[in-house]
Amino acid sequence: MKHLDEYRDKALVKPLVAELARSVSKPVRLMEVCGTHTMAIFRNGVRSILPEGMEIVSGPGCPVCVTSASHMDAFIAMAEMAGVRVTIFGDLFRVPGSNGSLAQASSRGAKIDIVYSPMDALDIARNNPEDMVVFLGVGFETTTPAIGATILVAQREHIDNFCVFSTHKVIPGPLELLMQDPDLKINALLCPGHVSAIIGAGAYQPFVDKFGLSCVVAGFEPADLLNGLILLARQVSENNPRVENLYPRVVSWEGNGRAISMVDEIFEPVDMEWRGLGVLPLSGLAIKEKYAHFDAQKRLDITIPESGEAKGCLCGQILKGITIPPQCPLFDKRCTPANPIGPCMVSSEGTCAAYHKYGRDD
Amino acid sequence: MCLAIPMKVEKVEGNPDDFTQNQIATVNMNGIGKQVRLDVVDRWPEVGDYVIVHAGFAIHSLVEEEAKKNIELIRELASHMPEEMLIAGDD
Repeated sequence: MKHLDEYRDKALVKPLVAELARSVSKPVRLMEVCGTHTMAIFRNGVRSILPEGMEIVSGPGCPVCVTSASHMDAFIAMAEMAGVRVTIFGDLFRVPGSNGSLAQASSRGAKIDIVYSPMDALDIARNNPEDMVVFLGVGFETTTPAIGATILVAQREHIDNFCVFSTHKVIPGPLELLMQDPDLKINALLCPGHVSAIIGAGAYQPFVDKFGLSCVVAGFEPADLLNGLILLARQVSENNPRVENLYPRVVSWEGNGRAISMVDEIFEPVDMEWRGLGVLPLSGLAIKEKYAHFDAQKRLDITIPESGEAKGCLCGQILKGITIPPQCPLFDKRCTPANPIGPCMVSSEGTCAAYHKYGRDD
Repeated sequence: MCLAIPMKVEKVEGNPDDFTQNQIATVNMNGIGKQVRLDVVDRWPEVGDYVIVHAGFAIHSLVEEEAKKNIELIRELASHMPEEMLIAGDD
């Protein structure tokens, strides 16, 4: 695809690196909250060209990483119930709860299928009428509309043996709580590309108004990222925080109305536990009573245990951007991608996995 | 994981206001036709448009000119830089 190659064009990128160095005149400590940004920043070597005075911190942008041990334990217990077949996005398979993972449950005989789309889970339900097929809903604003749409299709087609365990989470509220932490000292926000496609760039205006945070929405290509960093550096240097949208080919100011309506139809805000951050008010989405028939927690009478995090694991601090992975005593010692202890090492988008794969030049 | 690569729409089934029928586009991914859902796409695409797809669902549609406009913005930004910075490097 020709126009994508142009974003990766080195002739475009090189002057941007120089411009970035010129743009930083005051310290910029920026947070990104998108697992795809985390990986794109590492993969493209952006950290190695950061000018002095600019620092990038990864926040809670990886949905698998912020899934609590309690939820993982509930997922595993449910997968081991007779007559239940669990469907998941692949990243979740090896995430540890307080006692093992879905991968281990699978090796003990639990029925677990990895799917690419929630619609695939619906196909599995059609093909396995004897099983209750549960989709484990893990994800942010980008994913939730797809799950809602799948529930509507299941209802329309009377697929009775399909339901969803919703642990869906929203980004802005928890981010606002995080920004109130005086230890964090973030002054710029690289806003997530595809979460913003749904909620709109306008969703970040409160961060400008309340915290004086510079906000730029950016895509995932090197030129997108570098332009995002340049604009953030300029905003900070000029002391002129505002929301700028560098990804207008995908993100509008008001967001995706059809997707937002879909979520409002099926889900309602609820308090939700985040790994490392605890229970945050109205930070999650539960299935409305009207669609209780598709709510796995109600259909299968699931209670969520109160599980602790793995001893010594600093994922919680890492997800808040307070600690970086090399500061964790387990990092690259007891905790590796082959034998992960915390979720940030399991997920391909996790901050620890990124530091492991691309080195720790930070 | 967000896949940022837009896929070209080759066929559209259903209509935007009728949720009682399937809303599906066939897109071209590396020469292979693949079906994606249009239930939550922001703007109903025409054949020849592009869509950004997440978990099998199109979340955004764009015409090719929109993608090109963004490249122009980047070029414009580059044009404000000193000339020596614009010499293409391949390192």
